[in-house]
Amino acid sequence: MCLGIPGEIVEILSDRPDLAMVDVCGVKRAINIGLLEGESVLPGDWILIHVGFALSKIDEVEAKAALDFLESIGQAYEDEIEALRESMIEEG
Amino acid sequence: MRFVDEYRDAEKARTLAPRIAALCEPGRAYKFMEVCGGHTHTIYKHGLEDYLPEAVTLVHGPGCPVCVIPMGRVDDAIHIAGQPDVIMTSFGDMMRVPGGNGSFLDAKARGADIRMVYSPLDALKIARQNPGKRVVFMAIGFETTAPSTAMTVLRAEAEGITNFSIFCNHVTIIPAIKAILDSPDLRLDGFIGPGHVSTVIGCRPYEFIARDYGKPLVVAGFEPLDVLHTVYRILVQLAGGRAEIDNQYARVVPWDGNLKALRVINEVMELRPYFEWRGLGFISQSALRVSERYAAFDAERIFRIPGGRVADPKACQCGEVLKGVLKPWECKVFGTACTPETPIGTCMVSSEGACAAYYNFGRFSRERVKEATQR
Repeated sequence: MCLGIPGEIVEILSDRPDLAMVDVCGVKRAINIGLLEGESVLPGDWILIHVGFALSKIDEVEAKAALDFLESIGQAYEDEIEALRESMIEEG
Repeated sequence: MRFVDEYRDAEKARTLAPRIAALCEPGRAYKFMEVCGGHTHTIYKHGLEDYLPEAVTLVHGPGCPVCVIPMGRVDDAIHIAGQPDVIMTSFGDMMRVPGGNGSFLDAKARGADIRMVYSPLDALKIARQNPGKRVVFMAIGFETTAPSTAMTVLRAEAEGITNFSIFCNHVTIIPAIKAILDSPDLRLDGFIGPGHVSTVIGCRPYEFIARDYGKPLVVAGFEPLDVLHTVYRILVQLAGGRAEIDNQYARVVPWDGNLKALRVINEVMELRPYFEWRGLGFISQSALRVSERYAAFDAERIFRIPGGRVADPKACQCGEVLKGVLKPWECKVFGTACTPETPIGTCMVSSEGACAAYYNFGRFSRERVKEATQR
């Protein structure tokens, strides 16, 4: 739950500007980007995600470092990705 | 990924080790607290203590929000889950945390409708889909998750959703650090500052630690070299007779934090006069509740909660572990009566807890566990 997971922005949803489709380790999910006020968010950008919300923009190198860290944690990370897979934020 | 390799390079760690050792004053012992459970993971996963001189000890802090939830609040949440037409929703981390009367999982087995969600937005979605039900979200976490809860309440209000509320257990990191600084049990020389909490609150709220307590705090990244580099930077300050707030993780943490996130927290929530922390007791102004303006989304106002206090099991020494007074393996039940499969204390339940980190990464050999538990 406290783990920040990096994801890559795939698409900004035109009808819901506070949501973006994000690729997180191959899982595509809608993520809320409403906390990144005043920052440009474009496809290809990387973000750090906490419980369905982007908390900060990061660069690709940092994203890979964060993923490495998460993979080293093992089970907790797998649980988080599994929970994300079940997430259904976009349908609202 | 050259840069990543640089942060994990054992060779670099070895070159940093003698420079760290050289900064230690002969005859002086140093105790640094890593506040965040993520750092505890890095330290044990990579055996970072092997790179540090004996004079430097790393102690674990209270930075695991699941670990600090007192048993009484779990009981209150289970009480709410048992009310008519309630669907309780929670992060997976909370499901096995024991209250005085079992965990969420136990309550679920007894028939309560308790569902695991990834995000508070998922809980809101369940409310949308079940207009005849009252959906409650068990909100936990430090400032990393509080903005997400606040954003979800704002969204619920904007959509006019009336069957959604939160049971607010959000805690704030600064009063916990202050409580530890004021505790007579432990003398610390500096802090490895939390990474992700600082993304939200920035570095300024830590300034009192340097100013009033004369201790350095360096906000750190999560890679092994980040942590070693942070220890180095703390020691450089101490060697120069300085105490400052420094940011080793500037590639992610802005000095001022995330202003929008802070604004939405302040809009939806307010400080409680006091809140009980597991193991640490009552700490004033250390947690958040829903503000009057959003009372319609506050489970504490909607449901009558018992609000009872439950003492931690006698055998459990999570309190000492959370304050950094004991190492996990110094707890009497560590690895014997208390394991991740059958946890007694929260530090063993949460994968972010210090005890689970020790246990799972096997940095600590079974022989030493035996030795420690036989004492």
